[in-house]
Amino acid sequence: MKMGQSLGWNGKSLKEMLRESEKFFDETGRYYALDKLSLKEEDPFRFERNYASLRGALVTARETALHVAASPIVKEIGELCFALYTPEGDSIVVSTGILVHVHTMSEAVKFMIREDYEDDPGINKGDIFLNNDPACGNVHTTDVQTLIPIFWENELVGWAGGVTHQIDTGGITPGHDLVPAMQRFDDGVYYTCRKIGSNDRIWKDHLISARRSVRTPMYWELDEKCRLAGNLMIRDAVLEFIDREGIEYYKQFIREAIEEGRLVFQERVKERLIPGRYRAAAFMDMPQKNEAWQPRAKMDKVSNQPIEIIIKHDGKMSLSFDGASGPGPNCMNAEKGAMEGGQWVLLTQILIYADKVNDGAYFAVEKNYPEGSWCNPGDIYLSYQAPWGNLIPAYTGMMKSISYGLFSRGYREEVVAGYPFTGDAIQGGGIYSDGPLMGQRWSLSTFEISGQGFGASAVRDGVNWGYAMWNPESDLGDVETWELFQGGVPYLSRRVKPNLSGHGKYRGGANYEGVAMAAYSKDIDFFGAREGLAFHGSGGMHGGYPNATGYRLYAKNTNMAEIIKKREEYPLGDPDPRNGEFEQLLKGDITRKPYCSIYPITLDNYDLVYYFLSGGPGYGDPLEREVTQVIQDLNDGFYTRDIVNNVYGVVARYNNEKQEWDLDENATKARKEELKKGRMEKSMTFEEFWEKEKKKITDNKLSNPVKLMFSESLKLSKKWAKEFKEFWKLPKTFEMEVK
Amino acid sequence: MVHYDKKTLERMIDGRLSWDELKPIISGRKDPNRFDIILEILQERVPWNEKIILPLHEHLHIVAKDGQRIVKCDCGHEFGDYRENWKTKCRVRVRDTVEEIEELYPKDMGSDPEWIELREYFCPGCFTLLDVESVPPGYPIIFNFLPDIDTFYEKWLGRKAPDK
Repeated sequence: MKMGQSLGWNGKSLKEMLRESEKFFDETGRYYALDKLSLKEEDPFRFERNYASLRGALVTARETALHVAASPIVKEIGELCFALYTPEGDSIVVSTGILVHVHTMSEAVKFMIREDYEDDPGINKGDIFLNNDPACGNVHTTDVQTLIPIFWENELVGWAGGVTHQIDTGGITPGHDLVPAMQRFDDGVYYTCRKIGSNDRIWKDHLISARRSVRTPMYWELDEKCRLAGNLMIRDAVLEFIDREGIEYYKQFIREAIEEGRLVFQERVKERLIPGRYRAAAFMDMPQKNEAWQPRAKMDKVSNQPIEIIIKHDGKMSLSFDGASGPGPNCMNAEKGAMEGGQWVLLTQILIYADKVNDGAYFAVEKNYPEGSWCNPGDIYLSYQAPWGNLIPAYTGMMKSISYGLFSRGYREEVVAGYPFTGDAIQGGGIYSDGPLMGQRWSLSTFEISGQGFGASAVRDGVNWGYAMWNPESDLGDVETWELFQGGVPYLSRRVKPNLSGHGKYRGGANYEGVAMAAYSKDIDFFGAREGLAFHGSGGMHGGYPNATGYRLYAKNTNMAEIIKKREEYPLGDPDPRNGEFEQLLKGDITRKPYCSIYPITLDNYDLVYYFLSGGPGYGDPLEREVTQVIQDLNDGFYTRDIVNNVYGVVARYNNEKQEWDLDENATKARKEELKKGRMEKSMTFEEFWEKEKKKITDNKLSNPVKLMFSESLKLSKKWAKEFKEFWKLPKTFEMEVK
Repeated sequence: MVHYDKKTLERMIDGRLSWDELKPIISGRKDPNRFDIILEILQERVPWNEKIILPLHEHLHIVAKDGQRIVKCDCGHEFGDYRENWKTKCRVRVRDTVEEIEELYPKDMGSDPEWIELREYFCPGCFTLLDVESVPPGYPIIFNFLPDIDTFYEKWLGRKAPDK
């Protein structure tokens, strides 16, 4: 297109189209002010057939394109997705995959329009744009988006977008969720909606630059080609659609598809929930005082993630994080794009998983991300490298709130207590010092984190090792595949770890632990990220408990070389942290930390690292769990004898002959009665609780991380501060003092 | 129109459906009369006569009593007006020491009580565990759900609430 030539419809610029779209929605509450779905009403079969054809084209594009990629994260786990957007950047139809990014790319398109890309740098047929900047529609730099415009004659009729998760983007350390990042300049290479190609080819200067900006250039380059290949397939499908149905039909169709998505969302809400006010609060620990290298980052903090959802009379939903604590010199700050993505991906899983999955759902939800909080910091120079640290726990509150509504409406099978953090995100990297790959870099970026224990529902236990909030197609992956790119830390074991599942009448999903050993390498960095001092998110539901927290365990200067030579026993896990296999079987420097997010340590060959994935939160009173199920849990290795005794009141004895656990019925009956009696004796009236708890505030008994959290929330939200002071009957002038 | 018989839903509430039975209920279209059947099942199961208006929580119901809408437990314990947080009428146990948390979780697998404590809310009548909050010490209690009952009945179900 020539400079100054409008690309929009009927001579309008894209900016005019975007303004018009927003104006129509503000004035009518309907997408593009559509008061009826004319095409659907006239010929519903044609409408649905056409929607299915586009949906099929996007799924095909994804399934084909992932074979262009080499990264196991993309190829094996499917950490990619594609979407088709209107000229204004609203998603019409999506592929399967890591759907968290559908709305993030929408924000990237709108950014380019608002920044007048139409004039400069220009938007032409065959152009290729790259984005990974959270400030204009992304979650973190590790998610990289490719967008191409789709033209019909001289009008821009849409955008095709694809996103993949990179193994490395050249940040302060190797990896994809960089715990040590505390400012933008630590996050790795930034592409802020940059044009990187024309005539359907990626420019050579971009490829040269990109290869030198990341630690895993081959994966980067093939991922770029994967995204472009998928986008070109989508463009072909759209042009074929227009050729078949006509341009006017297409233009009306894409708007109706989004409006239908919005209407479907509202109807689904009215079908399944109850109007009213829902509240939950989630938290994340940020223990950096003893970990951070940077003086400013040396602080311990709890992040406050309160959520309030209002379901209105017409099925509209409003969602607010009012009271959220502030951002900080850490990697967990979140931009709007990340928040929208997280919200959208969960809604597609719990409310709008059929029908039209598109930005209609985005338009049906009002949001409040308070300015100056961790979810809307307003400072692009902060680090946004791992907003997941806030976003993942925060949205457990949304899942739980919606579950309150589902329960009251009778749809108990849809209730989910929540989900765990997708950790332990162990990361790092090194250089092969031996073997055929000597001199090459390897990166530790396992995506085993795609398989977490799901929360229990109101009618059954949570799914074991099978859920990730950001990708509805969860997959733990194969050890052999992960070792392809993290060969410097081969696995020694992967097995079920006991006591991860949140307790309840229905327990949360269970999960695995693993041990890996540094080998054949030099210059090895290692770190990991997940909750450790705080229970994840908003915990369990209706009497269920939160799932277990993470911790860090590793061994340096070990005698593994000798153990291997003598073929002696070595640790395969850490089933009992008080009586660890590491301590029993290894000689060396063994480190245990009660928290899990650590700054990188260096490893030498034969050092061992340990990690485990998360269990899910539980549902209902554990004393109501069927004793036969508890015995099964013991036999499956999901719980240990002492824990089921203390929590479920089940007394079991191991039958050496049968090699399984037997129930002691009489002792169990007595133990359950004892636990119930303990509830009476160890509990207090609410008034007593209130007095005692208030004293923790007024007698200055709170820890510094908690005081810091309160002080930020009190300053950032008048409403939250008012409720806090009213609840504890504190003076209006009350402030939380913190050093 | 999808419909599940009362027996199936009773078995579902009790957690007795096999995965083969439950899966189609999860993935299929929803039965529009579900609310009424669940209400009927719950009403038959409670040992008291007040009319249930809305199931609120596992074991808790909003019921009509003497012109009021109150929260009532299966066991008969009454928590008062549903617009006030029923947790303020509970017996509460706070686990805010390492020892108390390690009764439930192995070493290092529970929270640090300086950061997050566990609050257990029990029904004062039957001592069933109704809710667990995992929150920092000093955090106000959370009011989980305040339903808009009349809007639900009148605008969404097209009829008056049972007590109107």
